[in-house]
Amino acid sequence: MTSEPVLRCEKLVAGYARPVVGPLSFDLHPGEVLGLLGSNGAGKSTVLKAITGVARVFGGSIRKRPGLRLAHHRQLPVRPHEFPLTGEDLVRLTGAVHRNPPDEVSRLLHCRMDQLSGGQFQIVQIWACLGSPADLVLLDEPTNNLDPATNAVLSRLIREERNGRTLLLVSHDASFIEAVCSRSFPVDR
Amino acid sequence: MFELLLDPLFHLPFVTGLVLAPLAAVAGVYLRLRNEWLAALAYAQVAAAGGVLAVVIHAPVMAGALVAAGLVAIAKGLLERAGNDHFAVFILIGWGVALVAAAFTAHGDMVSKSLMDGQLYFTGQGHLVSALLLLVVGAAVFPWLSKRLLMSCFFPDHFSANGVPAWRHHVLFDLLVVAAVALATTSFGVMAAFALVFVPPWIAWALSRGWRWVLLLAAAIATVAYVIAFVLAIALDQPFGPMLVLTFGVLSLLRLAGRLRRPVQPSADVSAGA
Repeated sequence: MTSEPVLRCEKLVAGYARPVVGPLSFDLHPGEVLGLLGSNGAGKSTVLKAITGVARVFGGSIRKRPGLRLAHHRQLPVRPHEFPLTGEDLVRLTGAVHRNPPDEVSRLLHCRMDQLSGGQFQIVQIWACLGSPADLVLLDEPTNNLDPATNAVLSRLIREERNGRTLLLVSHDASFIEAVCSRSFPVDR
Repeated sequence: MFELLLDPLFHLPFVTGLVLAPLAAVAGVYLRLRNEWLAALAYAQVAAAGGVLAVVIHAPVMAGALVAAGLVAIAKGLLERAGNDHFAVFILIGWGVALVAAAFTAHGDMVSKSLMDGQLYFTGQGHLVSALLLLVVGAAVFPWLSKRLLMSCFFPDHFSANGVPAWRHHVLFDLLVVAAVALATTSFGVMAAFALVFVPPWIAWALSRGWRWVLLLAAAIATVAYVIAFVLAIALDQPFGPMLVLTFGVLSLLRLAGRLRRPVQPSADVSAGA
């Protein structure tokens, strides 16, 4: 890759009260799908949280391209027990309403979010991020709650519906990373 | 008895309440979104305490209510998303201060009793002007504020990730809520103000599908309940506050309808098109 990276992490050490991951160095180039692969507790999600400013950076640096717009799908998305928003409300919020959702998502958009299964909610949340105008989409363990068939839907969304944008995703599932990412990067303690 | 409804004496309080009731309910929708619904009672109780204290020091009741509720909002801001536990403490402190301050003067005692009973008929022109001002400001900032409050709830990392300061919409929202609740408290009384902020969103939450409908339904429920309570209070010669709370008690049954409705399931499995 010769283009200017949208994101550059150099010797990044991140954590909360104390460091939990790093030092890590990687570049993310426009249009790339980079997968951070590692076992549970390796600190993959912490890397994403450091990029979004939620986790603390103890050392090294994170450089974002000026004006970079980010969308972040959390490992545990906010899902109150009772809430009356529909999927359409959610995608309108992120700006994903300006793109036509795939059939698998559009049939869920008229439902209240608290009436969807965990997997259905997950796929709508991911579409809200993927369909948004963000330049860089961070997906943290996007296969959580998904059965194999929905997992295949997700893989297709990432391959065909990301509209050329850059993705950084985190998973402990090596086969998923291999299937959807253009490159993977190991994260270990 | 009903001819009193047409008495010019009641026109100003009626119109003031008609503006404030849906405003308070819409504020309540966003408090519920933030899981801060108890804030309404805390602000109302502290506003009442501030109102009574204002009497003791010969200051305007509404100014005292606004300052006291504003101080609670600042304390909440310093505690960073305080949660309902802290609001419970503010309620207790507000209740204690209101009663102790009321004991100092006869006028304070009268104001305290009026705020606890909820006597809408003492509402003055200042309340109406303030309510209209709040309506104009609220309507002007609503599109900007609503989107940010929803994003804060469902995509909380959005602001830090994109270098957008989140404090602006949190502070603005707290200020608007403080103003709405303090105004409602000095117009309707403590419990009526709390009921207006809490009950309509609580019912609308269960009945609505979609955010726009939650807002519309909450505002409609608050307006209908307000009109019913106003008529009942005059017809039965009772304080307005308890009439409003009892009206909401009956309307609360509507929430059952939402709970009993069959959940709407998607027409097909998510993987059907894969």
